[in-house]
Amino acid sequence: MKSPIWQLTWRSLLNRRLTALLTVISVALAVALLLGVERLRHDARAGFASTISGTDLVVGARGGSVQLLLYSVFHIGNATNNVSWPSIERIAALPDVDWLVPLSLGDSHRGFRVVGTTAGFFEHYRHGRGQALRFADGQPFGGLFEAVVGAEVAARFGYRVGQRIVVSHGAGGTGFAEHDDKPFTIVGVLERSGTPVDRSVLVSLEGIEAIHVDWVGGARLPGVNIAAEHVRKFDLSPKSATAALVGLKSRVAVFRVQRQINNWSEEPLTAVLPGATLQELWNVVAVAERALLAVSALVVAVGLAGLVAVVIASLGERRRELAILRSLGASPGQVFRLLALESLLLSLAGCILGILLLSATVAAVGPWLESAHGLPLSADWPSLAEWRLLGAVLGAALLASLVPAWRAYRHSLADGMTIRI
Amino acid sequence: MSTAAPAVALRGLRFAWPGTPRPCLEIDAFELAAGERVFLHGPSGSGKTTLLSLIGGVLDPDAGHVAVHGQELGALHAGARDRFRADHIGFVFQLFNLIPYLSARDNILLPCRFSRARRARIAAAGGDPAAEAARLAARLDLQAALLDHPAAELSVGQQQRVAAARALIGRPPLVIADEPTSALDADRQRGFLDLLLAECAQAGAALLFVSHDGRLAEHFDRVVALGELNRVAGEAA
Repeated sequence: MKSPIWQLTWRSLLNRRLTALLTVISVALAVALLLGVERLRHDARAGFASTISGTDLVVGARGGSVQLLLYSVFHIGNATNNVSWPSIERIAALPDVDWLVPLSLGDSHRGFRVVGTTAGFFEHYRHGRGQALRFADGQPFGGLFEAVVGAEVAARFGYRVGQRIVVSHGAGGTGFAEHDDKPFTIVGVLERSGTPVDRSVLVSLEGIEAIHVDWVGGARLPGVNIAAEHVRKFDLSPKSATAALVGLKSRVAVFRVQRQINNWSEEPLTAVLPGATLQELWNVVAVAERALLAVSALVVAVGLAGLVAVVIASLGERRRELAILRSLGASPGQVFRLLALESLLLSLAGCILGILLLSATVAAVGPWLESAHGLPLSADWPSLAEWRLLGAVLGAALLASLVPAWRAYRHSLADGMTIRI
Repeated sequence: MSTAAPAVALRGLRFAWPGTPRPCLEIDAFELAAGERVFLHGPSGSGKTTLLSLIGGVLDPDAGHVAVHGQELGALHAGARDRFRADHIGFVFQLFNLIPYLSARDNILLPCRFSRARRARIAAAGGDPAAEAARLAARLDLQAALLDHPAAELSVGQQQRVAAARALIGRPPLVIADEPTSALDADRQRGFLDLLLAECAQAGAALLFVSHDGRLAEHFDRVVALGELNRVAGEAA
């Protein structure tokens, strides 16, 4: 016959299933929150880290290295200054430099960034473990008014190759200053990469120049309107770029080239190593992450405290039951186990439900989070770090379960078979 | 086990609740023969339940000897005493002494879960626990349909009969009943008492029946007043 304690624990919980269920739910919510914060933290880091690979240096105007990385690669924030085109050309010509991809930011399309770049972007930009961008349809831009759209842009507006789109001036929202006289034709749609490229419209640097030919300082020159077909007569070679991605022939040279660029005599420039700069970013973000994690750990503590309170409250009513069990041959140790097992089962159920809750939430909100905030949430099994957290929760639950168990043990020793109400 | 050994033998027993200066029980000698049915009466607070806890091995005496069925309880460590109690003693308490969330059947079967010896005795008699529970229930006038009900849904009289079946299952040599009829009305008291006496006789179990109600005493082999046994009873009461 099975251990009587198992059966009794189970039946006793079943008997109080409403309280038990509510307790389990409160623990589950706490666990889901804790794991959710951890997963968000981990996935955000992984997402950031996998956004750029294969690029040795990012070059921009003199400024903070984190800021440069954020606006150039992650499209967060704006550049304060540009890099002049002669500098870009000279950096590209440095003996250690293998390739250079200039980026020109500042325009947008219906809330998505427009990135002016060269065809080299599709060749050299790498994400994750060195994966290149892939086309779902079409090809890189070639002509002046051709554009390639990221997967998210295409999905949001249902864009397909051949459609025409209008670029707005400025990076914010839907601009009232539209470059509507010079529409672009979509020639390529990219596959989803989980990077900011998904939320970008890529055009050539010359295209960016072309739509600004009759603009000065963010507004159209009054009375001047140069039609798209005439714009080709102008000098459309780029005058500047916002930033540039640089690949070196040998990574060994990375610090030498970085020093060269940082000491650039013609203008103040900054070159950063993406990996090292991300590390800097984590150091800043880590404080907030730890605070979030601490708050969710507190929520778990509150959940477990509630669990202990519920079990202890039930103990008052169950003193008679425990005395009866003693008379039937249960040892104080078995009474202890009965109560400890009950708390543990509740916590374990809470943890399992918490994992399911998190998975359901990730499945439900994940796509929205990814498209709206570019945060890819993995719907995987809990990671090692999450298992560790779960282990910590169960450890805490084990400790917490000792409280009611110990009280019941004391009762059953003190009461003997005196049945107290 | 020899049938000659008394069901209960107490000698020089003394017990005080921790934290109280005076002992609440002092018994020089008491014996309950195997198969004997004794009515132990005393007013509330005279230490009856304490005495039963000592006989059950749930409490340890400060001095003296408690032997049940020839076994000196003091010679057993705590875990062995718990097993010994499960194997040899069936208890019936006052009101509400069932586990409320178990069905009547599971309540009756509960001692078999704690005691291998009770299961073995049932097996030796050629039965199995579930069939034995059904047989006892039938003898105690419990309808089979009631056995699947949670104990909490039964009437008080039904609960007491389930409790009796639980005490008797697996034929423990000693049945201890602590005020088992105090919650029943007079008619049901008689009915329950008759059933309990008959079943103990049938199972060959000794019965120690404790009550403050002297009117029930006439059905027993022997009547003992706890006040006469217990030298401190006067003060405790």
